[in-house]
Amino acid sequence: MATNLVEKAQIMDADAIRRGLVRIAHEIIERNKGTEGLILIGIRRRGVPLAQRLAAFIEEIEGRKVPVGVLDITLYRDDLTTRTEQPVVHRTEVPVTVAGKTIILADDVLYTGRTIRAALDALMDLGRPAQIQVAVLIDRGHRELPIRADYVVKNVPTSKREVIECHLTEIDGGEDRVMIMEKAEG
Amino acid sequence: MRLASKDILGLQEMSTTDMQLILDTAESLKEIISRPIKKVPTLRGKTVLTLFYEPSTRTRTSFELAGKYMSADTVNIATTTSSVVKGETLRDTARTVEVMGMDVVIMRHPISGSCHYLAKILDASVVNAGDGMHEHPTQGLLDMFTILQRKGQLKGLRVAIVGDVYHSRVARSNIWGLTKMGAEVVVAGPSTLIPPYIEELGVKAYTRVEEAIEGADVVNVLRLQLERQQRGLFPSTREYSRIFGVNRERLALAKKDHLLMHPGPMNRGVEIASDVADGEHSTITEQVTNGVAVRMAILYLLLGGATDEAAD
Repeated sequence: MATNLVEKAQIMDADAIRRGLVRIAHEIIERNKGTEGLILIGIRRRGVPLAQRLAAFIEEIEGRKVPVGVLDITLYRDDLTTRTEQPVVHRTEVPVTVAGKTIILADDVLYTGRTIRAALDALMDLGRPAQIQVAVLIDRGHRELPIRADYVVKNVPTSKREVIECHLTEIDGGEDRVMIMEKAEG
Repeated sequence: MRLASKDILGLQEMSTTDMQLILDTAESLKEIISRPIKKVPTLRGKTVLTLFYEPSTRTRTSFELAGKYMSADTVNIATTTSSVVKGETLRDTARTVEVMGMDVVIMRHPISGSCHYLAKILDASVVNAGDGMHEHPTQGLLDMFTILQRKGQLKGLRVAIVGDVYHSRVARSNIWGLTKMGAEVVVAGPSTLIPPYIEELGVKAYTRVEEAIEGADVVNVLRLQLERQQRGLFPSTREYSRIFGVNRERLALAKKDHLLMHPGPMNRGVEIASDVADGEHSTITEQVTNGVAVRMAILYLLLGGATDEAAD
């Protein structure tokens, strides 16, 4: 049965998202002392446009291209045997070797940490990166695993009843925005 | 998305939705085969059995590798070294391996319909890896996948299936699969090796190979199955090769960018000339790689999700 979600509040608009991403693009460059050996990898689906945007901002700032990859974590999920609906597998496309590189994993929302856990395993199977760092748009808390983000655009305290919805132009059309939704009563 | 049935028995009964799901999933999984570390953890704790009552190199190996690349445990029974030679029935062999905890049984058997029988008596999934002269659905799917990868579509293509159609389960699976996906299929071979009902399956039959190959986007050459034939279906392999063999001159009638396929194993110099088999149009080695991707997709779709009961 589909749950009805009601919008409770909009927490970010397109400008806020853009400014936040520009800030963490700077943080990524600062912390890694440039772009040498960096690869941005987006987790399907909404991590992908975020990785591409970060790469574009980094290129604007540093004048150097950073490779961008796409990671599909379906095969690494820990809930494959408990879900009725079998998730559709999509392609993983990482154009360069990850061995010895610094990987910036990008995703929209960090919640339980299970997606990042799956992504870490998926990455390790592609090779042995020197470092993996995590960049997210929203960190909403409620971690179930010992995982944290290195770069966060916005920390949003939430209750477990709430859902964070990110709309990104590349995937959802329309304007970029982030909303807190709540499950409707009854 | 999940498949409609717990088993993969044939393309005759498979919906286009399920075929498309398998082809799309194979497309996503193919990349894993070219990785330095060819392993994903998806089917950890699942067990796959290959039960082969007939010889096989590529089908059995590719199912085994597909299972291993997805972290399933794979067990192989070749009947020549099993209790089958002591007279054990198919039913008893199957029951024995099921109570050992097999999740999927992949069977090849010389009798048409044997996989359907097995599927009825087992709770485990059954995958038909070739049943007699009936179907070889995973070969049909990997052939479709290969065409799709090269041509971008199946709809509207002219596919010529040439050779020993009568004994060929590969031909039947290809015909059912390709016609459902909107391709035009024609077959050709000596009249003794073309079954009389074949046009009822929606294909045009020719006895001259040239007529079938003319204008074809894909030429799929079948193996002359000498082991299944009684004597007298054609005078000699030499004459067969001269009249029905696929060679450079005959392929000149096909489209310039045609694909040349063969399910293997090949009788070089009989149904297919050696130079074209290794030539620039040949997809024969690609078919083998694609076979692993398609079988990974099938194992994932059969085993990857929860059963409906488990989710309740």
